[in-house]
Amino acid sequence: MAELIATPGQTIGPFFHEALPYDHDRELVPPGGAGAIRLHGYVYDGAGAGAPDALVEIRQADAAGVVPTTEGSLCRLGAAFTGWGRGSTDRTGHYWFSTVDPGPVRPGAAAFFAVTVFARGLLNRVFTRCYLPEHEAALAADPLLAGLDPGRRAGLVARREPDGGLRFDIHLQGDAETVFLTFPGHRS
Amino acid sequence: MTERTEALPSQRDISAEIVALHDAAEVGETQPRLHFPPYRSSLLRHPTKNPRPADPEGAELVAPVFGHSDVDPLEADLTVQSGGEPIGERMLVRGRVVDGDGRPVRRQLVEIWQANAAGRYVHQRDQHPAPVDPHFTGLGRCLTDDDGGYAFTTIKPGAYPWRNHRNAWRPAHIHFSLFGTDFTQRLITQMYFPGDPLFALDPIYQSVTDPAARERLVAGYDHDLSEHEWLLGYRWDIVLTGSHATYLEPEDHDG
Ligand SMILES: [Fe+2]
Repeated sequence: MAELIATPGQTIGPFFHEALPYDHDRELVPPGGAGAIRLHGYVYDGAGAGAPDALVEIRQADAAGVVPTTEGSLCRLGAAFTGWGRGSTDRTGHYWFSTVDPGPVRPGAAAFFAVTVFARGLLNRVFTRCYLPEHEAALAADPLLAGLDPGRRAGLVARREPDGGLRFDIHLQGDAETVFLTFPGHRS
Repeated sequence: MTERTEALPSQRDISAEIVALHDAAEVGETQPRLHFPPYRSSLLRHPTKNPRPADPEGAELVAPVFGHSDVDPLEADLTVQSGGEPIGERMLVRGRVVDGDGRPVRRQLVEIWQANAAGRYVHQRDQHPAPVDPHFTGLGRCLTDDDGGYAFTTIKPGAYPWRNHRNAWRPAHIHFSLFGTDFTQRLITQMYFPGDPLFALDPIYQSVTDPAARERLVAGYDHDLSEHEWLLGYRWDIVLTGSHATYLEPEDHDG
């Protein structure tokens, strides 16, 4: 069957805050619980200013490397881990999630969060990955990372913080521009 | 109102930039340019490097799952949420969400947000001096059905001004947020209304340089969806990028 042409994206615009954020949207697990970590960072524009009107979404495996297909992301009652979260940036461009470290989805795989970024001024969503910094061998064997020069590769690997959290900044443009991804099936 | 528009480009300037970019564009560029200078906010927020091809794996292959614990069916009717009748033209928008092979995206979340009939959002940063409607939030959600179908009853949004350039007006639109079966199919876009005179002037709509692709953002008026003495109907179908099931299928799968 011929592949249909996808509907174009359009910017999220400035007025999404009443619509998309919701209670506990960025809490994949309750903050402070056993195994909970804070994944956080800033979304920066090309002048190095934080983007106060961006939205970051993450999709991830659980600690055992299983990607959940459990409902309940919008009403986070009970204990189900759904592996998906949504966090808008604050006025400084900062976002955060309370979550767990994803496990590798197969033995030897590098563990990462799949990340989507939306913002006013960004005409279509962009995708990237946030890799865990541990497991050097898995990172070295990762096909995406292996093809990048060291400077750009470093931007996809989160930094572990003393409290166990992860710091991952997203640069939409500039010298430290994040490596954004295109997947088969995406068109220009 | 205060006139603080001296530094802003004119519509004529913006329109000339749009025409020049379209004239230089290749046919078949079916997604928006991320770098589209007539949309001034894109200048510092577009990646300058080409996106890196990657094979999706792990979490990228599996969209989040939503269900009836997440969405109340009443959230699909934006005209009954706030204890009274909103002002404006009552309308229905109905359509299907399908993947690149035309397969329905079943039981998946659709979120919308929009201005009211006067062109005003319920948002603290909307400064447009048009009335807020106490009976309209402009927020909706639903789950697609087993055929990928969705429907919202709402009020037709008004056009609204913005500060991209002098006397800049957005064509009326509804913002849509969509998920597929893969995380890589995630889409946020805007649905427009047929025949809007503001289309040619709007750098966001025109950031899609291929005319046929732009048309995909415009709903069709569908008289069969209109209801006697009640509302006007529009149809708008959404195609997501192909799911990974597409790439894993053998070459001769249509045989
Ligand atoms: Fe809008």
